[in-house]
Amino acid sequence: MGKTLVNKSSLTISENGLEKPTSSKRLEVLKTYKIYIGGQFPRTESGRYYVPTNEAGKKLANVCLSSRKDFRNAVVAARGAVSGWSGRAAFNRSQILYRMAEMLEGRKAQFIDELIEQDNTKAKAEKEVNLAIDRLIYYAGWCDKFQQIFSSVNPVASSHFNFSVPEATGVVSIIAPQGDSLLGLVSVMAPVIAGGNTCVILASETKPLCSVTFSEVLHSSDLPGGVVNILTGKIQELASWFVDHMDVNATIYCEKDSNTQKSMREKSALNLKRIFFYDKVNWYSAAGQSPYFILDTQEIKTTWHPVENIASAGAGY
Amino acid sequence: MSVTKKKSRTNPKRENGKSNTIKLKFDTSWSYAPAPESKSAASIKPQYDLFINGEWQKPLSKKYFETFNPATEEKLSEVADAGSADVDKAVKAARNAYDNVWKKMVPKERAKYIFRIARMIQERARELAIIETLDGGKPIRESRDFDVPTAANHFFYYAGWADKLEYAFPNRKAVPLGVAGQIIPWNFPLLMAAWKIAPAIATGNTVVLKTAESTPLTALKLAEIIEESGLPPGVVNIITGAGETGAALVNHPGVDKIAFTGSTDVGKIIQRAIAGTHKKATLELGGKAANIIFDDAPIDQAVEGVINGIYFNQGHVCCAGSRLYVQESIAKEVIRKLKDRMSSLIVGDPMDKNTDIGAINSRSQLETIQKYLKIGREEGAEMYESGCPLPGKGYWCRPTLFTNVAQSNRIAQEEIFGPVLSVLTFRTDDEVIEKANNSPYGLSAGVWTDKGSKIFNMTRRMRAGVIWANTFNKFDPSSPFGGYKESGFGREGGLHGLAAYVTLENV
Repeated sequence: MGKTLVNKSSLTISENGLEKPTSSKRLEVLKTYKIYIGGQFPRTESGRYYVPTNEAGKKLANVCLSSRKDFRNAVVAARGAVSGWSGRAAFNRSQILYRMAEMLEGRKAQFIDELIEQDNTKAKAEKEVNLAIDRLIYYAGWCDKFQQIFSSVNPVASSHFNFSVPEATGVVSIIAPQGDSLLGLVSVMAPVIAGGNTCVILASETKPLCSVTFSEVLHSSDLPGGVVNILTGKIQELASWFVDHMDVNATIYCEKDSNTQKSMREKSALNLKRIFFYDKVNWYSAAGQSPYFILDTQEIKTTWHPVENIASAGAGY
Repeated sequence: MSVTKKKSRTNPKRENGKSNTIKLKFDTSWSYAPAPESKSAASIKPQYDLFINGEWQKPLSKKYFETFNPATEEKLSEVADAGSADVDKAVKAARNAYDNVWKKMVPKERAKYIFRIARMIQERARELAIIETLDGGKPIRESRDFDVPTAANHFFYYAGWADKLEYAFPNRKAVPLGVAGQIIPWNFPLLMAAWKIAPAIATGNTVVLKTAESTPLTALKLAEIIEESGLPPGVVNIITGAGETGAALVNHPGVDKIAFTGSTDVGKIIQRAIAGTHKKATLELGGKAANIIFDDAPIDQAVEGVINGIYFNQGHVCCAGSRLYVQESIAKEVIRKLKDRMSSLIVGDPMDKNTDIGAINSRSQLETIQKYLKIGREEGAEMYESGCPLPGKGYWCRPTLFTNVAQSNRIAQEEIFGPVLSVLTFRTDDEVIEKANNSPYGLSAGVWTDKGSKIFNMTRRMRAGVIWANTFNKFDPSSPFGGYKESGFGREGGLHGLAAYVTLENV
């Protein structure tokens, strides 16, 4: 199936429909596109699939049509990973994001191939992959810096030491951009995990190939299982579960569909999850990356402690 | 020490000779003479209209409702019941002021108006404190020493931000949102008005603020101050009414931002109501704060902190420390000391400067509290209330605590919003973290221990927006306040409170 079969296969179809070898060239191995949950690569529990096609009508793959149950499993995995991931040294998260960029760089060719198959020109595909790598590096650098930008020591009038710091909000469900299937996914995922959150991502419905392949990059980047979970499937079917789930703390939706936005915001009220619509962001522009994206899925925690202040004890100089 | 020990051996009433504290008998030789604040330092008009576009306007609804003193059940005044036409008028006035005056004003001039309001609150502090206590039932000591000065300070703090916003958001330009619709609760009427109005107008927005139904008077006094300050008409509009007025404000298409403080249920309704609109929201909602005492804590300080944490403002505090977790080994001692301290709390006339616990804000809130007292007993918890006498008229509730409470009991899960403490015990750090975080809320939390590393371990792992370590219920204009999870989103106070009222543009 897909480009590899049609363009490169050493097989041709005989008159009776059976494939027969026409030369001694080796048979190419096709990839089964799976989903990524808790650091493992299952197929969907539902056993369902769908077949996205490119503009030329070419079938891309038998892609997993993930179910509500897959999503729930992914949330369990993501929740289980929160304390370990958010509790890691920010420096260590930084190293892991950098490692992702290294892995992606090394597998550039595969991503370019897949993007071309998903209707990109070669030049545009190269640009998208390069930018995705650079974006990972950008957020790798932010992991141990955004806290300093967004924290404060507050000069309260009473005798207390008081400070406010950002802290990961928890599990974030993400419906990734449909268009820029690699760059969009990376741009939305990176700030969420850079800040110590874990996430469940629904990949581009129509262009899922490199999203699935990206999970293989994650898998080889020392990223603990469950920090990022990637599902493939239909937005229409899964969107409401993404925002309904009581153990999800925040939801990000990147499309402009105003009906979906309205219903998602309504449903977010169920447990007051934080909801963000990144529908106007051009992921190729400078505005496609910023520490303010990290801040979206952070909570500000303020801590107070008394400072001993015995009367007239101001001496010391 | 040896003297104390000897005494305890000879006194069979002392508990097992373990205690080295002496219980003061407040009901006998320690009675206080009344020290009432005078009502004469405050003037309340018999009737208030709506403050719209810098003027006092009769409500188009033609309706008024009464506001009462919950300590005496006497009528204080009557205020306008703003209908949707009144809300519309207020929003239009705010829009006009935004477009034509406020957003164009040089920021440093904006600042000076807000500084001036802060000063005028200070000048009229005594009057405001008296009215706050008469209208809401809180002890005059709290209105005088906390509500009013903190409200003035809030204006003072945010005034200074007006011309410094370019320093608040690195690499971004902060742009005001437009018209902010603000809805405030009845527990800190003037202070909540300050928390809402000050950051909104400092960042260049204009405001329509709706007061709580049962406590409109100090916000209306604030309107008088704003009128007197010369703030351009329409920048701040203050309207009175009940839930329907609030709904009309939330649903008005001319509003760009909703800032709400109140119950989680209403917060959720608001979040649903503004779905599909451009409106932004900050919600500061309910809480069920865990207050944790470890066995190495300074017990007497902790007891004092727990008392303040739950009985401050009759427990009408969204961040009240209503779930107490005591390490098992000290539970008996802590509970005994809590009961001792509760017996010395003076419940009664809020205008008396000696009063610790004033009147419950309204009849309906008293009924809610009593409902939970019944639920607690029916769930099998043991109820203890102090034995103080209560006045004949008005709405009162003695300081109360429940022991033998299970984590799943409703009195350990649901917000009561009254002077009712649920006491639970724990053995290990991990256990208490699990229990403390086992709540849909996440507004505040407290921890008491003498060990620094334990403090940071606990404060980091507790899922709440404000954490008090070896203290409780402290507030400051420079300190951000707001919750995790179902306690809402957005922060009020401090640098972080500015973000609620601006959008950030790329520079």
